[in-house]
Amino acid sequence: MPTVHIPMRHSDTAFREAARGLLGSATAPEHVIWQFDNADGDLFAAPPPPVGPNKHLSVPRAYVDLMNVAVWHSDPQRFGRLYTLLWRLRDRPGLMSDRGDQGLAKLREMEKAVRRDKHKMTAFVRFREIDGGARRRFAAWFEPTHFITEPTAPFFANRFGDMDWIIQTPHLTAHFESGKIRFSDGVTKPPLPDDATEDLWRTYYANIFNPARLKVKAMQAEMPKKYWKNLPEATLIPDMIAQAERRARDMQEATPTLPPLRSDRILARLPVAPTPDALNACIRCPLYKSATQAVPGEGPRDADVMIVGEQPGDHEDLSGRPFVGPAGQLFDGVAKQVGLARERVFITNAVKHFKFTARGKRRIHQRPDAPEIEACKWWLNGEIAEISPRLILAMGATAAQALTGSGKNIGQRRGKIEHHNGQDILITYHPSYLLRVPDAELRDRDTALFRADLEQAATWIRC
Amino acid sequence: MTKLTLQTKLAILSDAAKYDASCASSGTSRRTSRDGTGLGSTTGSGICHAYAPDGRCISLLKILMTNFCIYDCAYCVNRVSSNVERARFTPEEVVHLTLEFYRRNYIEGLFLSSGIIKSSDATMSDMVRIARTLRTEHNFRGYIHLKTIPDADPLLIEEAGLFADRLSINVELPTDAAVKSYAPEKNPDEIRRTMANVRLRKDAGRERSHTGKRPPKFAPAGQSTQMIVGADNSTDATILGQSTRLYSSYHLKRVYYSAFSPIPDATAKLPLIRPPLAREHRLYQADWLLRFYGFDVGEITGASPDGNLDLAIDPKLAWALANRAQFPMDVNRASREMLLRVPGFGAKTVGRILSTRRHRTLRYDDLLRMGASMTKARAFVTLLDWTPGALTDSSDLRARFAPPPEQLSLF
Repeated sequence: MPTVHIPMRHSDTAFREAARGLLGSATAPEHVIWQFDNADGDLFAAPPPPVGPNKHLSVPRAYVDLMNVAVWHSDPQRFGRLYTLLWRLRDRPGLMSDRGDQGLAKLREMEKAVRRDKHKMTAFVRFREIDGGARRRFAAWFEPTHFITEPTAPFFANRFGDMDWIIQTPHLTAHFESGKIRFSDGVTKPPLPDDATEDLWRTYYANIFNPARLKVKAMQAEMPKKYWKNLPEATLIPDMIAQAERRARDMQEATPTLPPLRSDRILARLPVAPTPDALNACIRCPLYKSATQAVPGEGPRDADVMIVGEQPGDHEDLSGRPFVGPAGQLFDGVAKQVGLARERVFITNAVKHFKFTARGKRRIHQRPDAPEIEACKWWLNGEIAEISPRLILAMGATAAQALTGSGKNIGQRRGKIEHHNGQDILITYHPSYLLRVPDAELRDRDTALFRADLEQAATWIRC
Repeated sequence: MTKLTLQTKLAILSDAAKYDASCASSGTSRRTSRDGTGLGSTTGSGICHAYAPDGRCISLLKILMTNFCIYDCAYCVNRVSSNVERARFTPEEVVHLTLEFYRRNYIEGLFLSSGIIKSSDATMSDMVRIARTLRTEHNFRGYIHLKTIPDADPLLIEEAGLFADRLSINVELPTDAAVKSYAPEKNPDEIRRTMANVRLRKDAGRERSHTGKRPPKFAPAGQSTQMIVGADNSTDATILGQSTRLYSSYHLKRVYYSAFSPIPDATAKLPLIRPPLAREHRLYQADWLLRFYGFDVGEITGASPDGNLDLAIDPKLAWALANRAQFPMDVNRASREMLLRVPGFGAKTVGRILSTRRHRTLRYDDLLRMGASMTKARAFVTLLDWTPGALTDSSDLRARFAPPPEQLSLF
């Protein structure tokens, strides 16, 4: 029977080469004997078939990923199982995406165990400083469950690039010197010199622990006891657990103390917190509850034209400025085309807080309802009184409703001047409507109308 | 006053930092120091280097720069009116500890917070200085999480975001009213505006300039926040509503819930309680359902009349029990959205079900191999060889999952 010897180092490439040869000669899995790391030769051993020169073999990516991990497991059956799977893949190339397959389940389990062991190695290796040369040198002793020192070494090389290090394990030693990784044989636990920083680490470990929330099981699930013997902080654990309950009780039973003398003095000297401006303190409708801030109008106080939109959107709510989001950009673009200078108009919204419903990571715009528009009119009227514009451009139904009492039939009313309470009001579309029109032709038509309305508004600005 | 040793300072300032729940060191840009010019790496997923007996992971060196503070927040051990021992690190000491701990593989990086001394700007600029020194002088490429001081100068926060992987600002308590009564010097509006600025700044960092150049990365691991649970009387519905608002408005990576936990030298204003750990756990589960399982706040909290989550069973199971009309669900036909709602199925399991369904009709044992928790799921699903029969509608179904009622102790 063909016998394959897989060495300790570079097990992955050795397995890959052997499997390729076996598959090329169509050797069924039950006829192969796998041996690992100098195990004594089998009595009936025969050398495996060599890899043919042109044997091109294609296997699913998912198999390669699984193999590259599971091959480091300590179970002697891993090579046999991996080869059996490879054999099965010849007839069922889709097998890898079958998560319920029984034959795969064991290999998946191995893969998971190796991944976990590798992860725990990256977490629980503890270096101590040893005498160094030009670069600082550190050494660690670690006892992994599987043969993972080789595949995990690059992690440490990536992380500790500017120092030299050695990680010794029972099966393999990894060295990193002047930027190069090399491996040598495993050793038994060596004595390592003391490192003063370990005391600082233990101090940190003891003090970051909150005795009022003891959850020993949760700790052990993630930091199993088998690792404790090589963790400098683990010696503290029994005492920390033993005293936790008493410490928590003491905290609860302690009578409150009098504040230190300096306390009142410091609090008296604190600068008085600025009270929010009146608009931001507004609670006339419930919209203040979920918005970031109220967004006031912006522009010169002596503007001839005042532009009123609906309400702040996502961007406006975050930045506190009107018309800076997508609709604002569309407005700016069209205004520029018709020579309407934004810095010469006063631009604001009918409602000053953003109304939305939260949907995952997005805030979906909600139209303000009549009571909200009514409540916010107080602020809008204040702005109108202060600016006393010659013309107000009402963009969209909400603005029209706030200014004229009706938000209906914008399509028919647009482009015409209406008179309300002695104020000239020009009605037009809201730019965010133009962003939403699905039909391109309709969008172009209505954008042209919007442009015409802005052009008309621009004529009201005196030079 | 005698000078404190580094060890004493570390003891005081890590003790003072432990009430911040965040420990994440994941989700940042990938970096290495393989070229030998620096120290540190990030791989995308963080590493927990140790666990304390409180079950929390230790991933970062979590310390305060100082625990002197001019604010008087009732729930905080470092409030001005507390008599705890005070200490202050020099920026050099923080840098030294971070690097030496990192070299020994104790930590993934630094989580730096601070009490507020002198002014917000002075505190924030010291913190930024530490991050800048680590990055530029020592070429430190590990993880840095900076707690931002809300009313600090936006320019300082801007600089902080260039050196730090994550920024965070704590909203502290679930409602503005609670903040007003327990943290009178803090301003919830200001805190949210700071979060808004961080989001805007981060969004801007994604856009290329006209030359096609990308601006330097700003806080690549995003921002997070924390609220204390159980100190005020907010319901879970209020808390989760607040989280939803924060996630959608400021694109937070995480909202951490921290069970109000006894502190040394507590104030009479806020009596100490046993930390509501079970409630904290249920809130995290609900938070996950909101973010990864397509649930709405109303659906999760609607199941209970008082607006609080059921402490005995997990929120997904509670929802399923209250909506049994939707079950049993045919695992071989149901959509991803529906499968995600089955108790006992995680997001990974659902992915596996969908990929395996293409091969064949699923059986009970298949689901076991895919990692589903069938003790929970069995009452809610049908499979080729399994139907729950009357189990789905049985009146004692909740009792099968909830722990048996306990006789209260008289003493």
